[in-house]
Amino acid sequence: MAVKNKKLNLKDKYQYLTRDMAWEPSYQKKEDIFPDEQFEGIKITDWSQWEDPFRLTMDAYWKYQAEKEKKLYAIFDAFAQNNGHQNISDARYVNALKLFLTGVSPLEHAAFQGYAKVGRQFSGAGARVACQMQAIDELRHSQTQQHAMSHYNKHFNGLHDAAYMHDRVWFLSVPKSFFDDARSAGPFEFLTAISFSFEYVLTNLLFVPFMSGAAYNGDMATVTFGFSAQSDEARHMTLGLEVIKFILEQHEDNVPIVQRWIDKWFWRGFRLLSLVSMMMDYMLPNKVMSWAEAWEVYYEQNGGALFKDLERYGIRPPKYQDVANDAKHHLSHQLWTTFYQYSQATNFHTWIPEKEEMDWMSEKYPETFDKYYRPRYEYLAKEAAAGRRFYNNTLPQLCQVCQVPTLFTEMGAPTKLSHRQLVHEGERYHFCSEACCDIFKDEPEKYVQAWLPVHQIYQGNCEGADVETVVQKYYHINIGEDNFEYVGSPDHKHWLSIKGQKPADQSKDAA
Amino acid sequence: MSVNALYDYRFEPKDKVENFNGMQLLYVYWPNHLLFCAPFALLVQPDMTFGDLVETVIKPAAAAHPDAAKADFLNAEWLLNDEPFTPRADASLKDNGIDHKSMLTVTTPGLNGIADVGY
Repeated sequence: MAVKNKKLNLKDKYQYLTRDMAWEPSYQKKEDIFPDEQFEGIKITDWSQWEDPFRLTMDAYWKYQAEKEKKLYAIFDAFAQNNGHQNISDARYVNALKLFLTGVSPLEHAAFQGYAKVGRQFSGAGARVACQMQAIDELRHSQTQQHAMSHYNKHFNGLHDAAYMHDRVWFLSVPKSFFDDARSAGPFEFLTAISFSFEYVLTNLLFVPFMSGAAYNGDMATVTFGFSAQSDEARHMTLGLEVIKFILEQHEDNVPIVQRWIDKWFWRGFRLLSLVSMMMDYMLPNKVMSWAEAWEVYYEQNGGALFKDLERYGIRPPKYQDVANDAKHHLSHQLWTTFYQYSQATNFHTWIPEKEEMDWMSEKYPETFDKYYRPRYEYLAKEAAAGRRFYNNTLPQLCQVCQVPTLFTEMGAPTKLSHRQLVHEGERYHFCSEACCDIFKDEPEKYVQAWLPVHQIYQGNCEGADVETVVQKYYHINIGEDNFEYVGSPDHKHWLSIKGQKPADQSKDAA
Repeated sequence: MSVNALYDYRFEPKDKVENFNGMQLLYVYWPNHLLFCAPFALLVQPDMTFGDLVETVIKPAAAAHPDAAKADFLNAEWLLNDEPFTPRADASLKDNGIDHKSMLTVTTPGLNGIADVGY
């Protein structure tokens, strides 16, 4: 190509630096160069229809990101130098960070790997460039989240080995297996799963509460990370919508395939976000909004409008959305009481909500909290006061698909577990719900190999037969420091000493 | 349906009974007692008697619940893999038809959990 002007206008620059980076192969067949593009059955008739909504080129990308990075790290430095951790609302808040660092930040890294991989698989240059940029974004988010939270690691327990724990700890197999499922799918399913279902439909339920939660609770480092990631997230969301519309517009045969993926990945994402529901309602000392409110705004309203818009392509709302909508009244409470009883095996603490918090929940969950959940906490508080803080000393049954304990209840029957089971090729499998059971039936070969933490312990693959050995040796959770009840924990004592409510603890913050 | 893959995609199930060193998995669900968030996942010997299962495995597992002391598990209402089931206390799990990864559901009439809300 002959360049006449030294300085290109934006449109030309975009053209040269994206589409012109591709070429028609002359001595290799296209399907040999992009071997993963066909097998899912998605038909692309014209890749040139791919619209990049941002028209961002790599040179501009590096420049923007570098500027954001400079500001971000300046604030991290200031936060650390001013002992920013002392200004948070309450040390219970840090437990949300522990969950985020072990459960979510490694997913950013998994997303980086996923986009890097599928970015190689598309014969359309526009899609390749978009995936390349998102891959770099995700890597950056993984790194900057770890840096934002690293200051807390100097002062609080449970943050010391996040990546290691992500691959081993029982409840972290939920986020890990979610992304493994997506990354082991074909490139179009990966984009439907992550770009569309997760980034576009559900991500607001993760980032808005988490970043607002950080702001409400005085965590300036994490808030700043949020601002720094915001423009990237906006790009990812727009890409998610672009991807789905592009695939649907290319060929009508794509519609039923995409519909099945939307059904699956809406549900997989919803199950994953059950962890966020308890974070919002229970782990933020200063509450932003309830999980039920967030679900109404970000799923029922925004998602409702989205699926109305997609109707013209022949797409209907996700199959089990009614179950998810009904669950908004129960989810966080069911999750928190689960983690409360298994706190001996987590890298974060749990506690009984304080009186004002319970009143807040009565107000936010008028139909369910006082009836079903307040009595639980009253009982647990009584037991704890009598010196019998409740821990469940058995291991729970896990769902073969989402890997969450099978703790969820039937729609309209909140004291009855929505357990399902089936026999496949002579083996029994158990599920938390009809929806997870359906996902299994569609692709049993995938889920029969699930690495279920409870079963792995019983098979003797986790360095010990008793919970204490597994927790200490296999999970790297420091017993008596990272796990168990919050009240009376080293973190709690340390916080009281920061706040001058008890003589200073010599072991930390000595300087 | 079956997975759509680039090659013949078949793998061994990870939780076959031979991976459990002579033991087998058993799940026990006690409805209306959600103090225990999910059914218990238990590792048991296939040749232990059902009576022993109740005495040495299920009772200790459920002991933390205030209803446990009042429950007559052996004479309660049982389901085996969602089907009605009458256990024989002196027969082994195997002879009772309880195979690997089976689930027992035991309902104890009159015991509805803490505060009568299935907890």
